[in-house]
Amino acid sequence: MRKYGFIFSFLVVPVILYAIFVISPYLQAFYISLTNWRGISANPQFIGFENFTRLLGDDVFWAAVRHHAVLLVAMPLITIAIALFFSFLLNVGGGSKSGKMAGVRGSKFYRVVYFFPQVLAVAVVGVLFQAIYRPDNTGVLNGLLELVGLGPVGWLIDTNLALWSIMGVIIWQGVGFYVVLFSAGMAAIPSEVFEAAALDGAGRFRLFFSITLPLIWDTIQVGWVYLGIAAFDAFALVQVLSVDRGGPDNATTVLPLEIWRTAFTFSKFGYASAMGVALFFLTITFAALSLRVTRRERIEV
Amino acid sequence: MATQTDAYRMAPSRAASRRRQKKNQLGAFGALSHVALIVWAVLVIGPILWTFLASFKTNPEIMGDAPLAMPDSFSWASWGRAWEKAHIGRYMLNTVLVVGVSTFFTMLFGSMAAYVIARFRFPGNRIIYYLFVSGLAFPVFLALVPLFFVVRNLGLIDTHVGVILVYIAYSLPFTVFFLTAFFKTLPNSVAEAAMMDGSSHTRTFFQIMVPMAKPGLISITIFNILGQWNQYLLPIVLLSGSVEDKWLITQGIANINTNAGYEADWPGLFAALSMAILPMMIVYIIFQRQIQSGLTAGAVK
Repeated sequence: MRKYGFIFSFLVVPVILYAIFVISPYLQAFYISLTNWRGISANPQFIGFENFTRLLGDDVFWAAVRHHAVLLVAMPLITIAIALFFSFLLNVGGGSKSGKMAGVRGSKFYRVVYFFPQVLAVAVVGVLFQAIYRPDNTGVLNGLLELVGLGPVGWLIDTNLALWSIMGVIIWQGVGFYVVLFSAGMAAIPSEVFEAAALDGAGRFRLFFSITLPLIWDTIQVGWVYLGIAAFDAFALVQVLSVDRGGPDNATTVLPLEIWRTAFTFSKFGYASAMGVALFFLTITFAALSLRVTRRERIEV
Repeated sequence: MATQTDAYRMAPSRAASRRRQKKNQLGAFGALSHVALIVWAVLVIGPILWTFLASFKTNPEIMGDAPLAMPDSFSWASWGRAWEKAHIGRYMLNTVLVVGVSTFFTMLFGSMAAYVIARFRFPGNRIIYYLFVSGLAFPVFLALVPLFFVVRNLGLIDTHVGVILVYIAYSLPFTVFFLTAFFKTLPNSVAEAAMMDGSSHTRTFFQIMVPMAKPGLISITIFNILGQWNQYLLPIVLLSGSVEDKWLITQGIANINTNAGYEADWPGLFAALSMAILPMMIVYIIFQRQIQSGLTAGAVK
């Protein structure tokens, strides 16, 4: 039939490309994780779950998992709090203007500017923040601290501080996207809802906590999942920013970095794939859990 | 009678004073919120502006004690050095080539697949759709090791063709996901009329549906350009250190940085950063509306 010929001709190239470069690597990864494959010369040997039992006793692996846990809790909380505050100001903060809720003055400008970091490559952002975080007073941040009479801080070389410094960059880059995301959510709230509440004497705090927050809960939930998945990524920034690739003393390492290093520096492909599988299950578990926990009755408008 | 009038007069004036009071509250809140908004805007623009200024400084000026000082003079010498000696020119050209070709084919194959999935009923329709969409959920790091070997076994490692094919494949999930939803919203009547007039399926797609889908196509095109231009992980895996002349921009920038010792050309580094930032900033400022709506379209109904 002519219809099926057409359907086939339109699907064949994209599906083949996708199967070769996306589907097949994902499927292979699960098998490779059960072997001791170390590269081309040695034949991969099936070793069952040995890689996984080794993972359980691997300190660096657990350090990486701990860092994901810190990122998973702190990063979304801070990013979402900042983004919610700004998007409320930019969409509702200006009060009612000719029957529509408006943002404070200049909101269009802020929305464009806040998004800037989002279009910069992470590698570029990483290199840029290296100059900002330099540990002596040649660093931008320490130069600023010096102006107010404070000593230089070892942003990236202090084991207690390094991960937080990197998290700061992730937040710096991410906030703009979530401002736009939440703004879209807030724009979808009918302005009569705000009008009615304002007539009943609701102040800004009430407008925010009793109306805006519950009505954009779905969007916040989506943002939370995005940020959680980002917390499992964080590869480029750690690779470019951290001292000794994940240092100092493994204080900033993350799973993607370990996967990349185990595979392409040490040629332990089986072990690296086992980490990949672990990362996969962590990500999926997080997504499933967070969708469950944050699920709430949708408020009908 | 008189008291009654007084009461009448009192009421609005009391209301007015309450309104004034509320306005004052809003004023303080408004002022504070403007401060917060301005502070964040400075935090965002500051580092980017500082990068541009640093590209005009000299090494001692950058490595000196006053990282915040203005450059002594504005000369473009460091931009020339970065372009020629650090090969930023070549990396840029490579990136334009790779991103141009792969965005074009991503859009072509993505829209073809999405069109068929959205508007035709055939066995396997759902399976193919979910196959594509599932690619959105998996961490790329899981596929990393096998992907490297798939590309190598095809003889495409260290080639731009390899990078292009991989970019297309990994851009398909979001492209297909978004465009399937988009094609579903387009009206049937125009396409049906064209078919009645004897237009083939293929012709109907290219001459009727594609022009009708233009807004959606533009959003996703820009989204793909940004994403592929800023990609960092895939190039460092697919283009090794031995083919430096084929490197892409983010890879080149991260590398200048790791090689930068005390003898480094810091102004050159910042000129290189500026060159990587500028084109994306220009694209963003021109298309900011489409970019913002494109990025949030998947998340907000």
